[in-house]
Amino acid sequence: MTIDKGDSAIEFRLDPDSGVPTYLQLVQQVERALRLGYLKPGDQLPKVRDVVAALTINPNTVLKAYRELEHKGLAAGRPGQGTFIQATLEQVTLPELAGLRRTLLGWLASAEEVGLDEDGVVALFASGLRDFFKTRPAADNAGTADHGTEGVA
Amino acid sequence: MNVIETSGLGKRYGKSWALQDCTLAVPAGQLAALVGPNGAGKSTLMNMTAGLSVPTSGTVTVLGGHRAGSPAALNGVAFVAQDAPVYKNLSAGDMLHLTRNLNQGFDTPFAQARLAELGIPLKKKAGKLSGGQQSQLALTLALARRPRLLILDEPLAALDPIARQDFLAAVMTAMADDGVSILLSSHQVAELERVADYLIVFSRAHLQVAGEVDDLLGCHRLLTGPTAEADTVASQLTVVQTRRGGAQTHLLVRTTGTDDPVPPGWESHPVSLEELVMAHLRASNGLSGPSLVQPAGPSLVQSAGPSLVHPAEQTEVNR
Repeated sequence: MTIDKGDSAIEFRLDPDSGVPTYLQLVQQVERALRLGYLKPGDQLPKVRDVVAALTINPNTVLKAYRELEHKGLAAGRPGQGTFIQATLEQVTLPELAGLRRTLLGWLASAEEVGLDEDGVVALFASGLRDFFKTRPAADNAGTADHGTEGVA
Repeated sequence: MNVIETSGLGKRYGKSWALQDCTLAVPAGQLAALVGPNGAGKSTLMNMTAGLSVPTSGTVTVLGGHRAGSPAALNGVAFVAQDAPVYKNLSAGDMLHLTRNLNQGFDTPFAQARLAELGIPLKKKAGKLSGGQQSQLALTLALARRPRLLILDEPLAALDPIARQDFLAAVMTAMADDGVSILLSSHQVAELERVADYLIVFSRAHLQVAGEVDDLLGCHRLLTGPTAEADTVASQLTVVQTRRGGAQTHLLVRTTGTDDPVPPGWESHPVSLEELVMAHLRASNGLSGPSLVQPAGPSLVQSAGPSLVHPAEQTEVNR
């Protein structure tokens, strides 16, 4: 059966080994595309039928993902047309990103100096990340929701 | 609305029960996957749901309360039996003609367009088509009846991986297009993970598990920790399956929610649909009665490495 691709800005893919539920993988891919600027307000998300045919997944899974995006205020359904991007996620400017990356590379060099290998760095970073966001409860979620509301307004 | 509802449903052939005491309700608009070993009762349930055989006990209704086999039920239910049931000596076009004349409201333009899209030549004998094309032909004829419930008995079994994926994609697309509910039986549990909304597990003529896939995955966890503590931990939880090594033990447990506290020193992992199904099938193996969960007893075999220590398994080994 031929798959007619919509002229959507992004194509979904699935990682079967990630352990992340399928609908959440779709949600995360839209959020990532928003952060990286591949998707902008007004862009249409792939049609449910096209996602279903391309990935061989249950249409209810795609609908669940799109409902979740609507719930977050990132997308909105237009009856008979499809689901469209409604808001942006805060994007960090390129110079800022470059600066952060330089700092991170410096930190990695000092970690290597004291004898930490790659796995050690990953473990340390993961635990630090967890602690950092734990002390600021729901900061991430609140941020997302705020942007959603701004976009709607 | 429930697309399928059974109550105390049973079917006996001679002295043996092919299905016993089955009570379930499958919501409409979903794909319900029916899994279990051969002879577990899957086809028996499907045949009775399609109205092709009569229950020995209990009832089965479809499409919101219509008795299976009644005219309203027959009109709204399409059934594709095992092994792509097409007449091998008829051409695809003749099959289409035949099915149109045997059914009310057969959507001929839809069937023709779909076969053209699939590149299935109308003049070719069905027996000369590839396995994938034969199953797509059977699916097309079933869909062209515009059913509200489509029953597919082992549609994937005889297909190669590409044809399996194409077939599932076609079924999913039909769901997206007009919201037809699907009941599909399969051995390919791993392939069902992304397509099934609802899971029904049968073993030895009894219903073992029935529920929405998301709920089932959400309420099962795999706990890994020291064998020395396994009995204590297991006694406080509902254990489906225990896999015990000398030092480390895996417990597949049913939880009340995802927020259940993990015992200190133990790791908690989500389970895949395949793990969940296999655990329940192994747990049910050898048990006569219906059981959603199987309490884990103390291990009988400690020496053998990571062994399955289900009491039922044990019986098999000792025999």
